[in-house]
Amino acid sequence: MLTIHCPNCGITAEETEFHAGGEAHLKRFGPGSSDAEFESYLFMRDNPKGVHFERWRHNNGCGKWFHVARDTTTLEVFGSYSAQTTEPPQDILDVITDRHPDWTQGRNA
Amino acid sequence: MSTRLATGGRLLKKSQAVEFTFNGKTMRGYAGDTLASALLANDQMLVGRSFKYHRPRGIVAAGPEEPNALVNLGDEASFEPNQRVTTTELFEGLTATSQNHWPSLEFDVGAINKHLSRFLPAGFYYKMFMYPRSFWKHVYEPIIRQSAGLGKAPKTKDGDTYEHFYAFCDVLVIGGGVAGLEAALSAGRSGARVILIEQTAEWGGRTPVDGGIIDEADAQSFVDRAVAELSAMENVTLRTRTMGAGVYDHGYVLGYERVTDHQPGVAGPRHRLWRIRAGHIITATGAIERPLSFAGNDIPGVMLAAAMRDYVVNFGVSVGDRTVVVTNNDDAYLTAIALKHAGLDVPAILDARVLPQDSELMAQAKALGIRVLMGHAVSSVKGGKRVTGVVVCSQAGEGAVLEEIACDAVAMSGGWSPVVHLWSHCGGKLVWDEAHACFNPDPNNPPIGADGAGFVTAAGAASGMFQLDDVLNDAHAAADGVTRSLGFKTPKDAKAPKGARRDDAPMMPVWLMPQGASAKLREKAWLDYQNDVKVSDVRLAAQEGFVSVEHAKRYTTLGMATDQGKLSNINGLATLANAVNAPIPSVGTTTFRPPYHPISMAAIGGEARGAVFQPVRRTPLHDWHDANGAEWEPVGHWRRPYAYRRANETTHDAVMREVSNTREKMGLLDASTLGKIIVKGPDAGKFLDMMYTNMMSTLKPGKCRYGLMCSENGFLIDDGVVARIEEDTWLCHTTTGGAERIHGHMEEWLQTEWWDWNVYVANVTEQYAQVAVVGPNARKCLERLGGMDVSKETLGFMDWADGELGGFKVRVYRISFSGELSYEIAVDASHGRAFWDALLVAGHDLGVMPYGTESLHILRAEKGFIMIGDETDGTIIPQDLGLSWAISKKKDDYLGKRAQERSHMTDPNRWKLVGLETVDGSTLPDGAYAVGEGTNENGQRNVIGRVTSSYHSPNLGKGIAMGLVLNGPDRMGETLSFPGTDGKTYEARITDPVFYDKEGEKPNV
Repeated sequence: MLTIHCPNCGITAEETEFHAGGEAHLKRFGPGSSDAEFESYLFMRDNPKGVHFERWRHNNGCGKWFHVARDTTTLEVFGSYSAQTTEPPQDILDVITDRHPDWTQGRNA
Repeated sequence: MSTRLATGGRLLKKSQAVEFTFNGKTMRGYAGDTLASALLANDQMLVGRSFKYHRPRGIVAAGPEEPNALVNLGDEASFEPNQRVTTTELFEGLTATSQNHWPSLEFDVGAINKHLSRFLPAGFYYKMFMYPRSFWKHVYEPIIRQSAGLGKAPKTKDGDTYEHFYAFCDVLVIGGGVAGLEAALSAGRSGARVILIEQTAEWGGRTPVDGGIIDEADAQSFVDRAVAELSAMENVTLRTRTMGAGVYDHGYVLGYERVTDHQPGVAGPRHRLWRIRAGHIITATGAIERPLSFAGNDIPGVMLAAAMRDYVVNFGVSVGDRTVVVTNNDDAYLTAIALKHAGLDVPAILDARVLPQDSELMAQAKALGIRVLMGHAVSSVKGGKRVTGVVVCSQAGEGAVLEEIACDAVAMSGGWSPVVHLWSHCGGKLVWDEAHACFNPDPNNPPIGADGAGFVTAAGAASGMFQLDDVLNDAHAAADGVTRSLGFKTPKDAKAPKGARRDDAPMMPVWLMPQGASAKLREKAWLDYQNDVKVSDVRLAAQEGFVSVEHAKRYTTLGMATDQGKLSNINGLATLANAVNAPIPSVGTTTFRPPYHPISMAAIGGEARGAVFQPVRRTPLHDWHDANGAEWEPVGHWRRPYAYRRANETTHDAVMREVSNTREKMGLLDASTLGKIIVKGPDAGKFLDMMYTNMMSTLKPGKCRYGLMCSENGFLIDDGVVARIEEDTWLCHTTTGGAERIHGHMEEWLQTEWWDWNVYVANVTEQYAQVAVVGPNARKCLERLGGMDVSKETLGFMDWADGELGGFKVRVYRISFSGELSYEIAVDASHGRAFWDALLVAGHDLGVMPYGTESLHILRAEKGFIMIGDETDGTIIPQDLGLSWAISKKKDDYLGKRAQERSHMTDPNRWKLVGLETVDGSTLPDGAYAVGEGTNENGQRNVIGRVTSSYHSPNLGKGIAMGLVLNGPDRMGETLSFPGTDGKTYEARITDPVFYDKEGEKPNV
């Protein structure tokens, strides 16, 4: 059971207080988009072994959404940040490259 | 025979005799005994039968690694199967019975299996019971279930209580042996918050039993000093009888405390589950001795050497009068010496090694006059239900008999394996230790915590240290490193106490005894006692291609019993490695999973039993319903009345009465559970236009509109009436089960997609009690209460207004889910009951009668209104349900719009909603499928539709239903066949889904 930090209310708590919401930084495609764009938006998800950017909701706490950068294999958490952004902030990227110098940003983010 | 010695027994309180029963026979022991030591003291060596061959089995170990000695404990409300006698403390009145035998422990019919063992090899079940297929369910499985299986499931409700306990610390030390005590001392002195847990009732572990010397005194004095110092530290919590059951992500640990197992009847919970979040975990879990694989190593009387030492030293119990010790290491000599000191006979030590010179312990043994045979081994053990002797051979040979030694016990030691389970639970890797032939925790690959650093450190024997001074230094250094990394300061001059070092000769790995044992001997050399896996089985698995350790495990069931292979794993791996000619580390280990040792299901459940298993949500009217015959229906976490049954009435009668009365006079429905979500802000209209398929921004204040919500995938997820309260405020009704989900759905879009829109949402479901007043007399009733104008002219259909009725502050919605004149009236939750009572009084001579959810369903089905979860199942779009009128054509976008443009969604062959009425007036089975022409590739009838809702309508006097049918709306009047699971086929005609008041005049009066 992970411990996760909620940047909205500032507390660090058990995973059971939170709910995972899948991949972060999705770009929405609505009416007028091509089938390929829409398919990619609605169904295609990264499933990396390693660095992953995720949506989480503090559903048994403040109720707010935020993002977490996490390693899916070691379960190391690189940091939490606001959901109100289209890409991971630089300080989070710095932590990741510090830990994984060879890492490059994939489709996700 | 095994018996109690006149002297010895460091853990016994001999002043306190204890009486207990085993298989109905009364026996006596002392306080301080385990059930195992007490049974042995009463010469009860035979305690159970093995799983597959029903071979007689005795006690092998003295701790949680015991594979054989599982019993049923207690009776009635305290009954518990599969309890280990080695971890059960004796108490007055304990009752135990043996298991897995028929008809009796002494005589077991199933033991015939041992003569059939040539025909029951590894993978036997997979090979034998494949064909004919139909035999599995009716012939093979019932027979196997009858003959196999361990204890019986309890029949009575558990009479004890259990609880969860949340704890937080900087350093959690698991294991209260000398390593754990030293680690806790070192961590405690730094000021860190420390929890130290020990699975047994005693501190100190093996060292005091083995006569270890610390700081030039016996180990017990170190243990006493350490416990005294730790007890005095306010930052340290100590718990015995508490096992570290599992290590999970980010320093989460489950501890399992057996609070009153040893003193039943004492107040308090029986077990307590500790849910610990630790900054760092030190596993000082010690090591477990391995058996040796020789023929007949499962005959009662063959025991681990250290366990035999435990019984003599701790409990003053002799396992046998004449004990042959067989070993590949020095440690077992301690047993020979301890037995000799207790006045017992040790006719020989068979040591598989050939050494250039004697070690310290070997010299001691020889000085006591014990015959030491180097390079010797057990060829086979003689005996049936009890050892009668051993046949001696050379380890190097194939088992040729050199001599026979009469004895009634065999003490074996194949070396020691560190308890790496907790280290491994969360991903800690292992490294092979060539010198001790065991897997040790690899300090370079620990389990990783949230910060990317390791969060578990192994200490003492658990990290592969087998000399007392190494153990203490390792534990001290481990705690020192951990506390420093957590930012605590340890005194610079603090040093580990000095442990005495023993001059041991190196051990020699022995995986089969003798080395070249024949097939006949290998068939009697057990690896896994509980699951009856032998050396020959693992070899067979390898031969048949199951060379991966995980495959071999499952094919042979090695290590899959309730002891999870604590004794058998390494021996099994080594046997597999030899069979495939690979080094042991390259074969690897199977996965260690929590719990370390079985824990009670009740402890996992904790307090969550009965009424508190799941919290129940109650409406403000719950008590009234309860007092008036409500039959409850769970809806989400809510309980709603299904119907109000009167005396001498069936549930069906009650529903029919409620429906008719509502249509003819007046009904009341508790609609408080419907979700109510406030959406407010300058961009609220724009937001709701995205949430709903229809246009909500154009709704005028004071008006209501029915709306549909879809997921981004286009499928219907919820529906309900939306009211515009003010210019910038809307109130959205959701389904009962949907309130939290839809609130979350709105929040997700607002926070992760349109975070720049100025909108707030709030779930106010529980703030209001809501009552639907339904039926021709509804208005009359409200007018009697008096207050606001509820006439058609002032408050028309789909209007809402705030006002007062009978002195209650109310919000009245003129909406109808029944097709009748209907007012849904919201009052503050705290006034809900008083308002309900006032309606019952005012409506008394108007025929007022509450109705439940089943009546609600029938009323809506008569009107062709859909129900989320009946007509929808997550694959249905509004267009399927004839709800295109509720989809705005003017909007550029709403959630689901793009998805609904996909080819599959616009396919004209999607099944569409229709009404169904049976030809003979009967009621269609819910969920039944309509069959069409031809068959599919599986030879099943093609289906062309299905029933989504089906009821008997008392108003129409026949069965009515809704269903989804291929080209349904174009096939009005056609008759379809619905084969039921009852063998009958139902014929139903396709109709309009609106059965009642097709023009919709009734609500609009």
